[in-house]
Amino acid sequence: MFKFFFKRLLVLVPVFFGVTLVAFGFIRALPGDPIEVLAGERGVSPERHAELMAQLGLDKPLWQQYLSYVGDVLQGDLGTSLITNRPVAEEFFELFPATAELAICAMLFAIIIGIPAGIVAAVKRGTLVDQGIMSLSLAGYSMPIFWWGLLLIILFSNTLNLTPVSGRLSFLFEVEPVTGFMLIDSLLSDEKGAFKSALHHLVLPTIVLGTIPLAVIARQTRSAMLEVLSEDYVRTAKAKGLSPLRVISVHALRNAMITVVTVIGLQVAVLLAGAILTETIFSWPGIGKWIIFSVFSRDYYAVQGGLLLIAACVMVVNLIVDLLYGLINPRIVH
Amino acid sequence: MALLEITNLTVEFATAHGSLRAVDRVSLSLDAGDIVAIVGESGSGKSVAMLALMGLLPWTATITADRMSFDGKDLLTMNPKQRRAIIGKDISMIFQEPMTSLNPCFNVEYQISEVLAQHFGGKRRSYKPRVIELLKKVGIPAPETRLKAYPHQLSGGMSQRVMIAMMIACEPKLLIADEPTTALDVTIQAQILELLVELQKANGMALVLITHDMAVVAETADRVVVQYAGQQVEQRSVIELFNNPRHPYTEALLSALPEYAKEKTLNAIPGVVPGQLDRPVGCLFNPRCEYAQDLCRQQPPQKSEGVLCHYPLPLKAGSNSHTEVIL
Repeated sequence: MFKFFFKRLLVLVPVFFGVTLVAFGFIRALPGDPIEVLAGERGVSPERHAELMAQLGLDKPLWQQYLSYVGDVLQGDLGTSLITNRPVAEEFFELFPATAELAICAMLFAIIIGIPAGIVAAVKRGTLVDQGIMSLSLAGYSMPIFWWGLLLIILFSNTLNLTPVSGRLSFLFEVEPVTGFMLIDSLLSDEKGAFKSALHHLVLPTIVLGTIPLAVIARQTRSAMLEVLSEDYVRTAKAKGLSPLRVISVHALRNAMITVVTVIGLQVAVLLAGAILTETIFSWPGIGKWIIFSVFSRDYYAVQGGLLLIAACVMVVNLIVDLLYGLINPRIVH
Repeated sequence: MALLEITNLTVEFATAHGSLRAVDRVSLSLDAGDIVAIVGESGSGKSVAMLALMGLLPWTATITADRMSFDGKDLLTMNPKQRRAIIGKDISMIFQEPMTSLNPCFNVEYQISEVLAQHFGGKRRSYKPRVIELLKKVGIPAPETRLKAYPHQLSGGMSQRVMIAMMIACEPKLLIADEPTTALDVTIQAQILELLVELQKANGMALVLITHDMAVVAETADRVVVQYAGQQVEQRSVIELFNNPRHPYTEALLSALPEYAKEKTLNAIPGVVPGQLDRPVGCLFNPRCEYAQDLCRQQPPQKSEGVLCHYPLPLKAGSNSHTEVIL
């Protein structure tokens, strides 16, 4: 198991360098630079522009800039934001819990509904239930996130007045940030009703962000289950006299999970990308909003650092998925 | 009272081209300790009939029978829960492909102890000594070291032994073996058959052996059922059948054995078992039968003297050429 883990870890090294290169190149490929953006419509004289660029170290050849950037990163320094003048890592980790909270809730939502829905569709294959679940999941998969978010806001916030439109907590409450996760912090605080408010604020963003992963997980679970249910060992399980529930949830699902877990891992990347849109729709103060702002202001270090850290999250999740894989499927580790 | 009584079992599958009759009015009666072989080519409905008995057919299958009872209990009127209490305990079945019939995600101990816990209650772990005993019984060397093995770490023969251990765990009264040796090496085939017969004798259980290997039939069974295109064409004791086959299909099957080939080519039966769309009128075997006459092509035959044929082959007196070659 340790060897397996170590091998997986080694694979991440080239990925890490790839990500730094892409992040570094992508933001510089955009027209404009931080000074021009800061100066805005007034503009800035070429001499002053050159002077400021030199001050920021952006006048050197690209390869030099890249090497010094990677050197800093390897020492744990992601650089300083050109706009706020604060360390990028500090800004990131201040906002990250908000995104993580949203992403975790969305993923739980997708898994808790998606897997049972997929199982039911597979077991009831060809029936109205199956067709219903699959049509809904196709609709969910095809729904543009921003439109889906707006529809839900119109229905639940405007018409039914059930949920708030934006933010993480009502203005009535003030909660000390301990973990950065609002659900936990609001529970820890003495403020009555803060937890309920935090929960209310989470509902719509969770649904919006979780819809696509939910649809994908449901479809994948269905097809994996269909394949597994026709396997000989499922017949063996039935021949043992086991109850249908046990045959499906132990013998079939365990095997189907091998593919489903992979899909869940891949969906984490989709989720973080979707978080950017969702956070914008619901004014959710997370890294999605922050990174959009950084791109618009050509805050080179913030964008590079943000992308690198997001990529690191995806890599960690995929590493966990690989390990889970080994736990579910004995053929891999042994 | 017989242990197992099946009368006129019919299984039909709903398909895109209408219904397909895979098993056609099959009857079988078994006493405790009997060994019966069901033989026939692929597609003759051997497995389907037994899967119907086990209740393991997919939902597209429609099962009808005049009578289907086991140990005095009526299997036709039983609800699924009552049937599950019998399946795996009193009637169990081993399958053709041992490598794919074991669940790849669970180890040997889990899969065997699970069936014990299911039928006798208690914790799975408490059955560990029993699992070791069973593995020893089916001839697995050093069973303690195999408990944590996963199916992919076992050979085909080893997997089939584990399957057998799993299916005899509850000491069933009837064991159905569906071509248990087809997927195995020839040397292992003999060992597995020997093991099955040994267990059958030791536990006094009835054994149904589904096979298309006549040599296996001759070595193990007391009684033989010959099935063709879902119909039972002949049913009799193994010595009688080999001495004096009465149905032309049985005769053709026997003469297709390599032992009987007088020239360089084997005596194959021309053509294939009819499918759903090419069922002949009259006797289902008539297009492939060398004795077929006009009546065979017009009217389906009725069973007489245990043979489903208009013109059963005559009873021979004193000849036992077939058995001599085989036994």
